[in-house]
Amino acid sequence: MSTEVASTTQAPPVLEVVDLETRFHTARGVVRAVDGVSLSLRAGETLGLVGESGSGKSVLGRTLMGLIATGGTTEVSGTVRIAGQAVHELSGRQRRKLWGPKIAMVFQDPMTSLNPVRPIGVHLTDPLRLHLGLSRRAAKERAVELLDRVGIPDPRRRLEQYPHELSGGMRQRVMIAVALSCDPEILIADEPTTALDVTVQKQILDLLGSLARERQMATVLISHDLGAVEGRTDRVVVMYAGRAVETAPTTELFAAPHHPYAEALIGSVPALDAPPHTVLRAIDGTPPDMANPPVGCRYAPRCNRAQDLCRDQMPLLLDTSPGRSVACHFPVSVALPDVPEVPDGANEKETV
Amino acid sequence: MAGSGTAHLRESDDAVLDVRDLVVEFPVGRKQVVHAVSGLSIDLREGETLGILGESGCGKSSAGRAMMQLPPPTSGSVRFADTELVGLKPRELRRARSRMQMILQDPISSLNPRRKVKDLVAEGLAVWGYDGDDRDGLLRETLLAVGLDPEVVWERRPHELSGGQCQRVCIARALLMDPTVLICDEPVSSLDVSVQAQILNLLERTKDRYGLSMVFIAHDVAVVKNISDRVMVLYLGKTCEVLPSDGLESEAVHPYTRLLLASVPGAEEVAAGRGEAIVPISSELPSPLAPPSGCRFRTRCPLATERCAEEEPQLREVRPGHHVACHHVAVTAEENQ
Repeated sequence: MSTEVASTTQAPPVLEVVDLETRFHTARGVVRAVDGVSLSLRAGETLGLVGESGSGKSVLGRTLMGLIATGGTTEVSGTVRIAGQAVHELSGRQRRKLWGPKIAMVFQDPMTSLNPVRPIGVHLTDPLRLHLGLSRRAAKERAVELLDRVGIPDPRRRLEQYPHELSGGMRQRVMIAVALSCDPEILIADEPTTALDVTVQKQILDLLGSLARERQMATVLISHDLGAVEGRTDRVVVMYAGRAVETAPTTELFAAPHHPYAEALIGSVPALDAPPHTVLRAIDGTPPDMANPPVGCRYAPRCNRAQDLCRDQMPLLLDTSPGRSVACHFPVSVALPDVPEVPDGANEKETV
Repeated sequence: MAGSGTAHLRESDDAVLDVRDLVVEFPVGRKQVVHAVSGLSIDLREGETLGILGESGCGKSSAGRAMMQLPPPTSGSVRFADTELVGLKPRELRRARSRMQMILQDPISSLNPRRKVKDLVAEGLAVWGYDGDDRDGLLRETLLAVGLDPEVVWERRPHELSGGQCQRVCIARALLMDPTVLICDEPVSSLDVSVQAQILNLLERTKDRYGLSMVFIAHDVAVVKNISDRVMVLYLGKTCEVLPSDGLESEAVHPYTRLLLASVPGAEEVAAGRGEAIVPISSELPSPLAPPSGCRFRTRCPLATERCAEEEPQLREVRPGHHVACHHVAVTAEENQ
């Protein structure tokens, strides 16, 4: 059961994910943090990955990078293809060659992602010298350019400073400069503004957007904040309990969500232009225990549209229109296409 | 007293919580002082919700805690139910304060991890030696009121509950003291959006049911607008603007409030077309060790002039119930008259 979503541009995808699963073996059982997600991303495209904490969006981001790979108590199956190479079939040494020139990541917490005992400059010149083979002097010049590009005043002096001498917003700008240093084709931004103040958040998101446009970078923006994703992404994947429940062009999703969870999530955010004391549309209950998820649709216990079918059978991610798909037996304001009877076990496979 | 003043206080003495010239300063050695709150005044009426809005470091949490005397403010007055709380002896303070309760940001770390829900919620009653026959009944009723099933959570410890459930336990614990004033310090900022909506709805319901007055401290403009009747915007310990929450997004005039509104993701279209866009000159918050002279926002304000550095703006009424501390806004208002 496979449905391929056409992307907005016709260039070949720079990132292809098929049926990705990330499983953690814990004392409480197997946790499928990412459970059968597929997606593809083309150059210059921005994909938003939204969901609540525990929905698997950060684990997905790290698995895409190859930061989470099979070994120890972790198992990864499915394929992640970056520039034609299957990330999880590479050796550690080969994978490190992708990090920087092909794919880079901006992490949530700029306080802990920079090495506190190394100056800012070294964070930038290390990847430049290692991946691009620049000389010490050329790397330093390039580092100054990068800091200038991400809006850090007086970049030459900043090279000598340590992370603790910079504010949170400045540190996040440094993180972005490090990620961009080798001109990656794909940038994964994992909650890049969650740890920052509201006035700084907007500046950082604007910066990421303009850099992605300027460099035709494919960007994955992971966020729990729907407002951060709306208006800054081309397409959105809504995740719930490790699975993609809806994928759609951003404007269409916010105008008319099809999955009851996406609809409720959008309705639960207070709107700035609504009058005070408006009753919010809360979602009852809490996300499921991932070591022991419910049979059938994982959202069914919290869903106001759930019927017996939802509790028995996991819904498939089906196309409702070109570029849109939803995994729900009873989606909101749209009819499902006719599908042949699904043989057992086939609902393991889906493609976003 | 700049960027503050008391012009926004209303002419009546029916306030349940009356805070005047609250100053909170923390010595940090080498004779340096962090100016967390500098001259904050509040009058909270019965049944009213006052939202306090600001970025981290603006002194909003310090102000909330100082109202609870945790720790007592450096100077100023906090009158609650006709009792002056500042300077009370500890025993008298505990008695006077029992009907003023606080809900904190991180619900999990504000609950003792080794105690069960039934003990956590009953802690206040135990402190006051309440031992009536209806004690358990009261606990169950309160747990139900905050949306927890007493049969399920009775014997549980905090780690067996989700963040949202822990916040409900904190609310139940506060309600059991039959408070008249509830101070909520970022009660939803550590929660997921879907749970945040549950807690906001619950606070609204609880306020009506128990006849509470609330001080709601948060950094999220939309959340504060949703729950408040009046909103006070703080910046570096000073009051920028006090206005009704209804129409907040279109009526706010202080450059800092406009900046906050423009920073709300997805608010571009709401803010567009109204006045000039506020572009901050710097993203760095000045050090609260040495706040700027005059208007404290001037280092980031695109409208700042020499006057802002020399003279601290006072709160002035720009329309009934709406007060702003900004030289430029005040000037335009005078011109219009």
